[in-house]
Amino acid sequence: MNDTIVEARNLFKHYKDLNALDNVNLNLSTNRIYGLLGRNGAGKTTLMSILTAQAFASSGEALVFGASAYENDSVLSRICFIRESQKYPDDFQPQHAFRSAALFYKDWDQQFADRLAEDFQLPLKRRIKKLSRGQLSAVGVIIGLASRAELTFFDEPYLGLDAVARQLFYDRLVEDYADHPRTIILSSHLIDEVANLLEHVVVIDRGRIIMDADAEDIRGSAVTVSGSADTVDAFLMGRKILHRETLGSLASVTVDEALNSRERAEALELGLELSPVSLQQLVVRKTMAGAGTAASGAENFTDDVMEARR
Amino acid sequence: MIDDSKPIFMQIAELIENGIVDGTMPEESQVPSTNEFAAFHRINPATAAKGVNVLVDSGILYKRRGIGMFVATGARAQVIARRTEEFFEQYVKPLTLEARKLGISAEQLNTMIERSSGLAQETGTDKERSAAL
Repeated sequence: MNDTIVEARNLFKHYKDLNALDNVNLNLSTNRIYGLLGRNGAGKTTLMSILTAQAFASSGEALVFGASAYENDSVLSRICFIRESQKYPDDFQPQHAFRSAALFYKDWDQQFADRLAEDFQLPLKRRIKKLSRGQLSAVGVIIGLASRAELTFFDEPYLGLDAVARQLFYDRLVEDYADHPRTIILSSHLIDEVANLLEHVVVIDRGRIIMDADAEDIRGSAVTVSGSADTVDAFLMGRKILHRETLGSLASVTVDEALNSRERAEALELGLELSPVSLQQLVVRKTMAGAGTAASGAENFTDDVMEARR
Repeated sequence: MIDDSKPIFMQIAELIENGIVDGTMPEESQVPSTNEFAAFHRINPATAAKGVNVLVDSGILYKRRGIGMFVATGARAQVIARRTEEFFEQYVKPLTLEARKLGISAEQLNTMIERSSGLAQETGTDKERSAAL
């Protein structure tokens, strides 16, 4: 049932002194929503560019629909890649961009595009150059949704979109995906906002894939244990610790393991508190654990993320 | 509604069970489609389908081809029986544990439970008195 649609094998991409992709191996199946997550500069856009034949890999193989996408119309016409900074010809208006997309994508739904334009309150006859950042993003979002391409990449499609417009995007995405299943790769920093939409999560960090798992398996795969530091440390002895915070004699420790019900009961009996770890927290912890740093700047960033969740 | 504590499909199954227990989804009534669940909770349709299928597998929901999902006859009793089992683990055990920590005797605990169930019955009729207690 889950046919492979994208296959990346030993992909490397070197820039001068940077390994943008460092031996990436990845299989993506049909009719799923993937999250491609990672920090800025982690290699998300590079990976998507190579898969969609907009950049060359230094070495390795990227197959899409079983073939290389390079100058391969039969593959490219089934792919839609919405870039964060898509450029359009100077005199283009949104309606021109939609008409071009309609020519290219055989499943283009003009009525859906019109409806979306109305939802996003996008002026169809204003020059794209004159649009606001949010309206420009809306053009991309509309093309990405209405093209109904078998394989659609959204690379941080939300820049400049306000909270209402982003919610609109997520809502329309889920609704339309339910009626027209296809493979969608959503790259995003706003992990909490998209976490529930994702079926599978790929996390890339400094060119390497550090997590490749079903969203439901990740949910509950880590836990934060807090209480008196001695008790917490004794309880978690020998476990894989992702993060540790202390406040006086109290400690709050995140482990990269699930606890079974016996262990949970034991923790409660010891007076420890257990709290779930969101996908966003987990990604932050994992990418930081990989970096091996406890720099104060990074600490503040995680605390901000934690704070924002409360 | 949906949180991070456990897999979303389990939460969806629980939400449907809640509806069955409190009567908003009576037996032999149709439940929303997986796509409707997905749109409403803003979750992946495959995840919603997984939650519904858990209940189909345990016989709480059944499929009518081409029509949709329905609550099975006897589903309510089945859900309540299972949840009563879980009630002991989830609520009674931690309750007695905390009581022991605070040095509350079994007798005191019983008095509290009686007082609390009295309150539960009065809820909505005599709120002021409840608040005073």
